[in-house]
Amino acid sequence: MTALGAIIRRDVRIALRVGGGALIGVLFFLTVVVLMPFAVGPDLKLLQRLGPAILWLGALLASLLTLDRLFTADAEDGSLDLIVMSRTPLELTCAAKALAHWLAAGLPLIVATPVLGLLLNLDGTASLAVMATLLAGTPALTFTGMIGAALAVTLRRGGLLMAVLVLPLAIPVLIFGVAASQAAITGPVPFGTPFSILCALSLASLVVGPFAAAASLRHGLD
Amino acid sequence: MFDGLDFETAGGEALALVGHNGAGKTSLLRLIAGLLVPAAGTISFDGGEADTPVAEQAHYLGHRDALKPSLSVAENLAFWRDFLGGEPTDCGAAIAAVGLAHAAELPAAYLSAGQRRRLSIARLLVVRRPIWLLDEPTSALDVKGQALFAGLMQEHLASGGLIVAATHSPLGIQTREMRIGAAA
Repeated sequence: MTALGAIIRRDVRIALRVGGGALIGVLFFLTVVVLMPFAVGPDLKLLQRLGPAILWLGALLASLLTLDRLFTADAEDGSLDLIVMSRTPLELTCAAKALAHWLAAGLPLIVATPVLGLLLNLDGTASLAVMATLLAGTPALTFTGMIGAALAVTLRRGGLLMAVLVLPLAIPVLIFGVAASQAAITGPVPFGTPFSILCALSLASLVVGPFAAAASLRHGLD
Repeated sequence: MFDGLDFETAGGEALALVGHNGAGKTSLLRLIAGLLVPAAGTISFDGGEADTPVAEQAHYLGHRDALKPSLSVAENLAFWRDFLGGEPTDCGAAIAAVGLAHAAELPAAYLSAGQRRRLSIARLLVVRRPIWLLDEPTSALDVKGQALFAGLMQEHLASGGLIVAATHSPLGIQTREMRIGAAA
């Protein structure tokens, strides 16, 4: 447990320091959402209808933005060798690293959502609904994205490949995330149905992600 | 890469792997460390903890220093101590032992190559492991640093430890040489 705590503390600390990358995601999210009303125009009804989709799209792209460095940084400085050698199971270490990434890069997006919701003419309930769906759905993005990040370790400039590999896995999360938010705002589908599917996607990725990433890291060692 | 390679070494002994560039010194170390999978053959370790793979009882000091530039010297070392399962002791003693006491609170980004190497050597001291796998350990170290490291290796050997080092330059301790690769 000490080992996993140590890796979470270290990764969060690095992400929050200057040049760490935690802020990049939030700034990107902010940029996308702030620009959107200028592009769409001052139609408040339209903004409100598009709001959840814009917020989700921004959050998805922002969380992918920093994910490709999840293992590459450790591979470049040799830390990954020691991590693979250690007696902590690699699957657990992968899960801890993904959790740290989510804490440093995913959680700030959720905190920023109500503020950005104001720009998209979302009222309190709507913002809360989007926050709830992001809280349930972003872990799935991080844990499936981790598989791509682990594959990208063996390749130079693997960032693009990661996006291609990970985006198909992120599509169901996006669909049900936006569907649940829309259901809470306008109906007619009850909020619970898409939201439970979203939770299920997250739970499944929590299990599958670490194993797939660890297998890919072991295979890719040179 | 290797064929018919058969060797053994024992506690208290330092084995120096010598050979020309590309002979496979690093590959052999990575094989022992479990970072490469042998196509055939076995690597075994008698004594130590039973049922524990060799890799988990070994320290691997590779070409890369495994340091995070944005963390301080003390934070870097404390992380490896906690992650590798060391006793929760103060890292200060190990940092002082490699001569970095004055830089303990500096971010690792400000360290020179030699100082980075010294810090990664401190990792070997803060978590006790019977096997040290060293890949060109003295590169980047100055004369004083090499003498200091020779002293640390001597202590490790005296306490029954085992060292396998790939090297071109003499380590400053009593070693048994093993030449690998075709004689060039």
